[in-house]
Amino acid sequence: MTDRSMLMVMALAAATTLAACHKKQAPVVRPAPPPAATGAAGATTRPGPPEPVIEPPIVPPEPVRDDAISSASLDDLNKNSPLKPVFFELDSSDLSPVAQKALDENAALLKRYGSWTVTVEGHCDERGTAEYNLALGERRAIAARAYLVSLGIPADRLRTVSYGKEFPFDPGHEEGAWSKNRRAHFVITAK
Amino acid sequence: MTKAVLTGTLAVAILTAWPRAEQPPPQPPASQPPQPPRPQQPTEIETTISGPAGAPPRLAVPDFIPLSNDAETAAVARTVGQVLWDDLNFEREFLFIPRDVYGTIPKATSFADIPFDRWRELNADGLVVGTVQKIGNGFRVEMKLFNVGTRQAAYSRVYDGTANARLYAHTISDELHKSQRGLNGVARSKLTFDSDRDGERMTGTVQSRNIKEIYISDYDGENQRRVTVGRTLNITPRWSPDGRSIAYTSYRRGGANIFVSNIFQGTLDEVTKGDKAGENWLPAWSPDGTKVAFTSTRDGNPEIYVANRDGSNVRRLTNHPGIDISPTWSPSGTQIAFTSDRSGSPQIYVIGADGLGLSKKTSESYCDKPTWSPPPFNEIAYASRSGPGYDIKVLDLATGQVRQLTFGEGTNESPAFSPNGRHLVFMSTRAGKSQVFTVAKDGKNVRQITKIGNNEKPDWSR
Repeated sequence: MTDRSMLMVMALAAATTLAACHKKQAPVVRPAPPPAATGAAGATTRPGPPEPVIEPPIVPPEPVRDDAISSASLDDLNKNSPLKPVFFELDSSDLSPVAQKALDENAALLKRYGSWTVTVEGHCDERGTAEYNLALGERRAIAARAYLVSLGIPADRLRTVSYGKEFPFDPGHEEGAWSKNRRAHFVITAK
Repeated sequence: MTKAVLTGTLAVAILTAWPRAEQPPPQPPASQPPQPPRPQQPTEIETTISGPAGAPPRLAVPDFIPLSNDAETAAVARTVGQVLWDDLNFEREFLFIPRDVYGTIPKATSFADIPFDRWRELNADGLVVGTVQKIGNGFRVEMKLFNVGTRQAAYSRVYDGTANARLYAHTISDELHKSQRGLNGVARSKLTFDSDRDGERMTGTVQSRNIKEIYISDYDGENQRRVTVGRTLNITPRWSPDGRSIAYTSYRRGGANIFVSNIFQGTLDEVTKGDKAGENWLPAWSPDGTKVAFTSTRDGNPEIYVANRDGSNVRRLTNHPGIDISPTWSPSGTQIAFTSDRSGSPQIYVIGADGLGLSKKTSESYCDKPTWSPPPFNEIAYASRSGPGYDIKVLDLATGQVRQLTFGEGTNESPAFSPNGRHLVFMSTRAGKSQVFTVAKDGKNVRQITKIGNNEKPDWSR
């Protein structure tokens, strides 16, 4: 069990490194972000927190132990998912630079594991109404999906679903919780 | 001697079994919904009781009189009297002698020994007296409304049946309101809402996600029952106008689709077959029950659609790159109100059921979940963002006046009108979790309906 966990960690680290390396040779043509939501009242996209200026450590890419990720069950994979969620501002489905970076890394992983199919879930915080949030969550899922498709991920590997504010990740009632709940969340459904 | 007993006896609903879940295989259609008793032909002239100088009449409603000594009859008599008091009090058409002073008045043992003088001392204008008699496996409930001044019965009814005691009271209340006040009461109407109270987890997910199922209850929150077994997210239930079916949004096929549970037959219809791309949310019945409006992303963007209740003849009503969601029908079925963020933030709009004649109705910070009142009122209630949450507001379509029903006690969302337009049901977090409340349309008489788990997105039967 411990061995397996270790393997997982190693594999993930390797995968992440690979993703980071891969990003350096990013596509020449920067994909345009998907259309902004018209509903973004005050969608003055606040700049996300500055990205750390630390250079990614130069680690020679180890051979990826495909087995570690490949042999993991879907549940184990999703429990500590290598696919990063992306977060949104209030009432908005715009992808911030930080969100785009996370999606770049997700796209690299999805290219590496070309058999994975993924559900992109749209989630909202409790500050929108239950009804409108169903549509806003869909907008967020579609924004994330469109960005991945623009990076070359086949559309038929990515389906979307909106859960509005029905499944909060953090049940709290303050910005700390809300910011976690405004997200596109990735669930690997087949590999 | 003309006994003041009515000839007609009514079969009050025979409630043998209640709505079963629609899964697995449909149950035989054995169970019947509560049938409202047929209107009765009075054998004597009914009069109405009024209070002094046009004020509402002041009523006393003591516990009903058990005509036998067994515990069951006594319990039914007590329940009918108490529930009837609550039902009548809900509409606030009468003033009431408080229940806690009834104990000072000698109890009548039949219609023959009512202490009218004592009730008169308490300034009662009207007195409801009822008897309960065990008959077979059911009960006969007889009630009279006496004019305390004249000691004459202004109104009387007899009910036979095997229903539970509460349904006798609800029926008496609705008929009494109709006869005495010309009012359609809501005592036999029902609520529906989604709830995570069972704490069942969604399968196949690693996050802790409670499923939600559809529940129904009496208008006063009694008899809460689960009517779906989806083991997934089932939300936004809406009563069909005939009260026999509930349309709702279900994720049982993965994405969101519109389903109709025929809760007394135990069958399930799919309005959106799940064969189209996109998601389908928030069904709303047309007033005649033949059509369902809903929001769908089948053409790539959230728009309002209308389909027949079997899913055929889908028509698209809106066409705008913004979000269009939350449809509700006008009572005549000729218009649909909905939410759109085409102006930059979610606001309430009205459009003809033919897709023509769009007009914007609100210009606030954020409005959603319009609900159109039944006649004679012409109002749209909605949730309006205020501070960190929402409050319920009501727009009078004739005057454009807006009045506010809640004032920042928690967040208040998802309003729906009662069948007579005098009350609303809504979700509020004022008591902690999300719970269902009812409120009179003047903002008074707030009642908490649910207490366990999170209960949301309620609707009120027609």
